[in-house]
Amino acid sequence: MKLSAVDKKILQEVASLHDVPQGAYNIRKDGEGISRKSTENIEIQVKKDNPGIDIIVKPGTKNESVHIPVLVTRTGINDLVYNTFEIGEEADVTVVAGCGIHNTGSEEARHDGIHTIYVRKGARLRYVEKHYGEGEGTGSNILNPKTIIEIEEGGMAEMELVQIRGVDHTVRVTEANLYKNASLIMIERLLTHGDQVAKSDVIVNLLGEDSFTQVTSRTVAQENSEQVFYPRVIAKAKSRGYVECDSIIMDKARVRSVPEIAAYHAEAELTHEAAIGKIAGEQMLKLMSLGLSEKEAVEKILEGFLR
Amino acid sequence: MLELKGVTYKIPGEDKEIIKGVDLTFEQGKFYAITGPNGGGKTSLAKLIMGIYKPSSGSITFKGEDITNLEINERSKKGIGYAFQYPPRFKGLRVIDLLQLASEIEERKVVRGYLRQVGLCPEDYLDRDADASLSGGEMKRIEIATLLGKNPEFTIYDEPDAGVDLWSFDLLLNVIKQKHEKEGLTTVLISHQERILELVDEIVLIVGGKIQDVGTKERIWPIIKDVVGCQWYKVCRGDVEDEAECRR
Repeated sequence: MKLSAVDKKILQEVASLHDVPQGAYNIRKDGEGISRKSTENIEIQVKKDNPGIDIIVKPGTKNESVHIPVLVTRTGINDLVYNTFEIGEEADVTVVAGCGIHNTGSEEARHDGIHTIYVRKGARLRYVEKHYGEGEGTGSNILNPKTIIEIEEGGMAEMELVQIRGVDHTVRVTEANLYKNASLIMIERLLTHGDQVAKSDVIVNLLGEDSFTQVTSRTVAQENSEQVFYPRVIAKAKSRGYVECDSIIMDKARVRSVPEIAAYHAEAELTHEAAIGKIAGEQMLKLMSLGLSEKEAVEKILEGFLR
Repeated sequence: MLELKGVTYKIPGEDKEIIKGVDLTFEQGKFYAITGPNGGGKTSLAKLIMGIYKPSSGSITFKGEDITNLEINERSKKGIGYAFQYPPRFKGLRVIDLLQLASEIEERKVVRGYLRQVGLCPEDYLDRDADASLSGGEMKRIEIATLLGKNPEFTIYDEPDAGVDLWSFDLLLNVIKQKHEKEGLTTVLISHQERILELVDEIVLIVGGKIQDVGTKERIWPIIKDVVGCQWYKVCRGDVEDEAECRR
């Protein structure tokens, strides 16, 4: 399989890859799987009922990774994919998902990825999903991911969801169910600009005793863009949850942040924090006093904030 | 080396002058303290020098060049540094990021040295976010470390003792003094501490936005006791007009 320069650029942006990855992978381009590789411990199968793949990680698999980047390089593409992940008991793996769009035309380019993830007993998953858009076309770049994650007893997942520039419209839906001693740490990093719109709807159900979640969003809204966050943590057992939404607002952007915590158990401990504000003047002054120009100081502050 | 001529400063949109016609010269290689009562104009004066505030009138020159209209970063590049009284915290920027920005040195082992000098263990701090998880005293030491990395010819440390425990402060003071002496820098400490006033070559006493006097400790100390005490009465009680009564 030969990757074009555009393909390579997108792979670099969404998966930090310079070429075809090592280990298990599936590369999907313009609505079709173009390259796939399973390994001894990670099997990738094409779904028979829907477009998409099943990724099956054998129990006990340690320190392996699977890359499943999606490339959309043609205008007018409307790609819908269903991926299912089975992370076997006591496995410890990293999944690098992500989608990049290169739209040079006047039509919409869209990818809707629906991921269902099962983290079995005692397994650990690090899940990284990056979204990226580019292209000189006038058509919109649209990405609508939906992730449903079930974390069984003693399982743990870290989810890093990143979208920095280039995506015109996104509606992200994340649903998580955590059972006994399960934990989920989720961080969403987002930068919108122009007329972009990003909405994120997160619901974490703490169903098992001593389950734990931390849901964090760090976002920057620039120019005329709009962001809406609706993270919810619902505790139905003795459990702990923390929600933090932190946004920097600039120019004429709009940010709406509505964290919600709900407890249906007397021993649940839930907290939330939300803050929206401009870049602190003192931060700018400090960096400028170290020699940075105003523009460089803004970039450095945003870079750190979204790191 | 750095000279203020007729510098006044009003908060934009307000009539009240915070700094009132200040004429002041800092000479190359000297160690200064700026002192005076709270609200007297010490930090405002420092911020005018750094370019954080712009004078309403008057001029500031540095090594013979008029810097009155230069931006903060331009003054920084010319060799002026300012350690903030309350250093800002940054979500996501690490201590190492600040030190690398200040020193323009990427090498980890070099920037580690700046933390060691201010009594912080690099292994514990370099990769930490410079955010609210750090105490005021820790931030203050990191702030001074950034100035050590930046190494400006003219540096103002704004109340370097604030929030720092006594033991650590001795260390910081020694670091600042040694650097001053070794490299022939011009150093200004804003402070109320008598022991700092004893260390310096000259004390600048500023009261009510005006320079009350400039001189050695022997000359300035009695004035501090009399005038500043009197000022306190005037400001806080508002009922003492007579200086003799004030001193009682």
